[in-house]
Amino acid sequence: MEELKQQLAEILTPDRKDRSQLIPILQQIQGKLGYLSPEAMLAVAEFVEIPGSTVYGIATFYNQFRFTPLGKHPVKVCMGTACHLAGGKLVLEAMARELDIEVSGITPDHDFSLDRVACIGCCALAPVVVIDDSVYPRMTPPKVEEVLVSVKPASQEQSEKQ
Amino acid sequence: MVVGQETRTIDLTIDGQQVKAKEGATVLEVAREGGIYIPTLCYHPSLTPYGSCRMCIVEIENIRGFPTACTTPVTESMVVNTNTPQLQELRRNILELALSEHPYACLICDRRERCQPFHITLRKTAVTSGCTMCPKNRRCELQEVVDYVGLTEVRLSPIYRDLPILRDSPFFDRDYNLCILCGRCVRVCQEVRGAGAIAFTYRGSQALVGTAFDRSLQDSGCQFCGACVDACPTGALMERSGKWQGLPESTVTTTCGYCGVGCQLNLEIKGGKIVRVAPVLDNSVNQGQACVKGRFGIAEFVHHPQRLTTPLIQRNGELVEASWDEALTLVTKRLANYKGNQFAFISSAKCTNEENYLAQKFTRMVMATNNIDHCARLCHAPTVAGLAQAFGSGAMTNSINEIKDAACILVIGSNTSSGHPVIALEIIKAVRNGGKLIVANPREIELCRYADIWLRHFPGSDVALLMGMMRVIIDEELADLAFVEEQCQDFDAFRESLINFDLDLAEKVTGVTSDKIVEAARLYATHKPASIIYAMGITQHSHGTDNVSATANLAMLAGNIGKPSTGVNPLRGQNNVQGACDLGALPNVYTAYQRVDNPDIQKKFETAWVCSLDASPGLTLPEMIEAAYSGQIKAVYLMGENPLLSEADAGHAQEALSKLDFLVVQDIFLTETAQLADVVLPAASFAEKDGTFTNTERRIQRVRKAIEPIGNAKPDWWIICQIAKRLEAEGFDFEHPSQIMAEIASLTPSYGGISYQRLEECGLQWPCPTKDHPGTPILHVGKFVRGLGKFTPLEYRPPAELPDEEYPLVLTTGRSLYHFHTGTMTRRVMGLNAIEPEGVVEINPVDASHLKIADGDKVKVISRRGEVIAKVRVTEESPPKVVFMTFHFAESAANILTNPALDPVSKIPEFKVCAVRVEKV
Repeated sequence: MEELKQQLAEILTPDRKDRSQLIPILQQIQGKLGYLSPEAMLAVAEFVEIPGSTVYGIATFYNQFRFTPLGKHPVKVCMGTACHLAGGKLVLEAMARELDIEVSGITPDHDFSLDRVACIGCCALAPVVVIDDSVYPRMTPPKVEEVLVSVKPASQEQSEKQ
Repeated sequence: MVVGQETRTIDLTIDGQQVKAKEGATVLEVAREGGIYIPTLCYHPSLTPYGSCRMCIVEIENIRGFPTACTTPVTESMVVNTNTPQLQELRRNILELALSEHPYACLICDRRERCQPFHITLRKTAVTSGCTMCPKNRRCELQEVVDYVGLTEVRLSPIYRDLPILRDSPFFDRDYNLCILCGRCVRVCQEVRGAGAIAFTYRGSQALVGTAFDRSLQDSGCQFCGACVDACPTGALMERSGKWQGLPESTVTTTCGYCGVGCQLNLEIKGGKIVRVAPVLDNSVNQGQACVKGRFGIAEFVHHPQRLTTPLIQRNGELVEASWDEALTLVTKRLANYKGNQFAFISSAKCTNEENYLAQKFTRMVMATNNIDHCARLCHAPTVAGLAQAFGSGAMTNSINEIKDAACILVIGSNTSSGHPVIALEIIKAVRNGGKLIVANPREIELCRYADIWLRHFPGSDVALLMGMMRVIIDEELADLAFVEEQCQDFDAFRESLINFDLDLAEKVTGVTSDKIVEAARLYATHKPASIIYAMGITQHSHGTDNVSATANLAMLAGNIGKPSTGVNPLRGQNNVQGACDLGALPNVYTAYQRVDNPDIQKKFETAWVCSLDASPGLTLPEMIEAAYSGQIKAVYLMGENPLLSEADAGHAQEALSKLDFLVVQDIFLTETAQLADVVLPAASFAEKDGTFTNTERRIQRVRKAIEPIGNAKPDWWIICQIAKRLEAEGFDFEHPSQIMAEIASLTPSYGGISYQRLEECGLQWPCPTKDHPGTPILHVGKFVRGLGKFTPLEYRPPAELPDEEYPLVLTTGRSLYHFHTGTMTRRVMGLNAIEPEGVVEINPVDASHLKIADGDKVKVISRRGEVIAKVRVTEESPPKVVFMTFHFAESAANILTNPALDPVSKIPEFKVCAVRVEKV
């Protein structure tokens, strides 16, 4: 809680105590924390003096805001038109199954988070998945496991477990 | 009574009908006033127009397109058509879109009328998939609109979201499958209530009304006022009580029996029971609003199985059932022996005006003593004394509906949102209208959120704070000296007494920095009209009358009296505490404060009642307790009171009452006090009798009988008459309370023009001396009631008991939103108990860490008079060195601890300050 307060202190400066600042503030917090936590949103609500429900209502209105933290390796599955036609949905489902989380979710160890995104501009390589900053072209469901292991080798997982 | 420029009248035509309208009104308002129906879904009279449902589209000549009637102001010679084939076609199309997400089969079914006989069976289903299975059936606004636009078919495929029904409120269910996203609940929660517990979340097809982070209502600041339920046009929000009972058989409008606001409520009756309670929108002080207690806390206590249904007589240490005749005979026989000053009547601010009138008549005429008092002694006796001395009348000077127009409001010693929730809404309105708000309170109350300045003064330092402010007003020449010169007296003596209150002293005594005091003084003196609102934080001190005088001085100094939205406005606690005082349930006055020691008045009442009366004032409530303890008073008739919880030093009160020879208690429940009684008489609740209550703004309002008394209970007025008649007194032959009111009017100048007939609409505010007098919303207009307003020189006196080494903390007491007084009623309402099951001790984190106690720990709070055990709530709402408790809970009764030190003038005990220590158990 104290840590959050410190992180927010730089963003919630007295000159921004106005509800017109709400969305820029939320964007900056997401930029800093990677997502909007209930605690952060409540702090913003208190700061700009509007109800918590209103902040939540506004934040959920926009697709740009996320309410779960990003994983160490954020997985983005493209669902733009080209990727969608090339079977992006199957890739997304396979990814969710493999990671055992829902779309917009995060694994319990916070290694991976899974999101669907609109076009990322690699239509020629469709369907694509982006993990960290690498683009994985021409994805298929069987390739999902392989890609995930390449990002975080099983051995590493093993050693971590021990 | 809003003073402003004359609004211009506009002529226009709606559907060929010539109508007149006030400038600024909308087409919709004008049409509705003229009896022309325009369908709406998102419109609600309490809310600012929204224009989102598009049902109220109209055609206006020379205006392009289809403007919405709810957002379009009328203009001169406007020609409006509300019902053309094209409009209806458009409305049907739009409605189809809304209905595709709402179960619509029944809405458009051509056999729906024939379905009615089966609807009871269908309602056993838990899922509302059509009107016949909906609790809102036949009062749903969708049904009304569908009928009006003649929709017979929905061409879009239905979308059923299958959302879980949310049951996280103890009082109502939320079934968002029936929601049409009109936003009325969201808007009423934010705009009117200021709670903002709910908002629209997500968007598009996912849009949903919800709380922050989808938490429970209670966690998101819901106050369970039910405004959202009342605003909902569909069955999405429905109170659970009476949910499946269908339409009521009858509806009775009456006055709420909880606090002094006097909200008008509709009690819906079915099968002789109250099934639902809803606030009245038009012609009422509350304008469609209520609080959780009035909205959801009535039916359950009225029909509670623990209600007293038969008289009880103490036999061999046990209360056993008896017949009315037996009980009344016993009471009569015993009371006959205690005529004179060994008898005392403790009357009730919960009972009607008529009953209080009879109580004092009975005491004075039949029992030949002036020993009558009631709980006003424990709340606003200093108001009656202090304001009567300053202004000539001890009541709220202005009206509730003026508050919203004040340019500045000083709220001191009142947690308005808890004690008088509906008045708090008016304060919030004033703030929204641009008014300044100064809150003076040691605790961080809800209203602090809206305040421009929050003065967190030490408990009991009000005189120093207010005098400090007045010193600033005079020093900076902000006083309204013309007003003072013309209408007041004793100003010079008062000004001299201010010499002692320089800012350094004020800062030292109050703990408020001097710049804040200066700022507050300037704000109050320069923003006019300014209103002072106070409650028991001012009165419940051993210098309560001084506090009241200080508020009166302040108002006079700034000339804030006798004008709209100004004045000194004490908020009365009980539903009829104003009336009980007005009707003379006080030891020193007859009705309307006519003194018992005035020979002319004495003569008047002796002639009217045909008896001789005692001219010496009787004992006050704390004095009665003392006299009972010393054996001076031997018999007490107690009506609707629970002094075992409400008296300061309650342990002492219990001992005193146990010493009586004879105690009659008349109540609706077997209260802690009733358990000590020799005879217990079962009384009817406010829902079971006719009468009147006088609310805090002096408005006399009707109480109407909605149901028959429970069991063998009888109205209090009937019981008093029976006892009086059995004691062979004349003048107690009343068939109906209206006859009692006629007698009251004949003897009471300020109630002279009151009759039940005249009260039908929305009551009357006293003084109302004659049959054609319209009532008085503002007192002291042009001239004070006493002639000249009297300034009172004051000096600072600290509370009678201050913290020391042994008892290092200050205990201050107060109220919760969810419980009322000693909890006799509210603690019997399951939902209220679910929200707030027990009393807690609120303590500042600094003190908590010092004492090594954590949130939820059990502690013992000890004062010189006793100790109680309760759970701790660690919160910054309580200032350091101050702990706070409510007095609603018998198991942690704060009044075991409080100090019975009395205010010398009004004899009120010091409930708000006593020294305690807190120990972990």
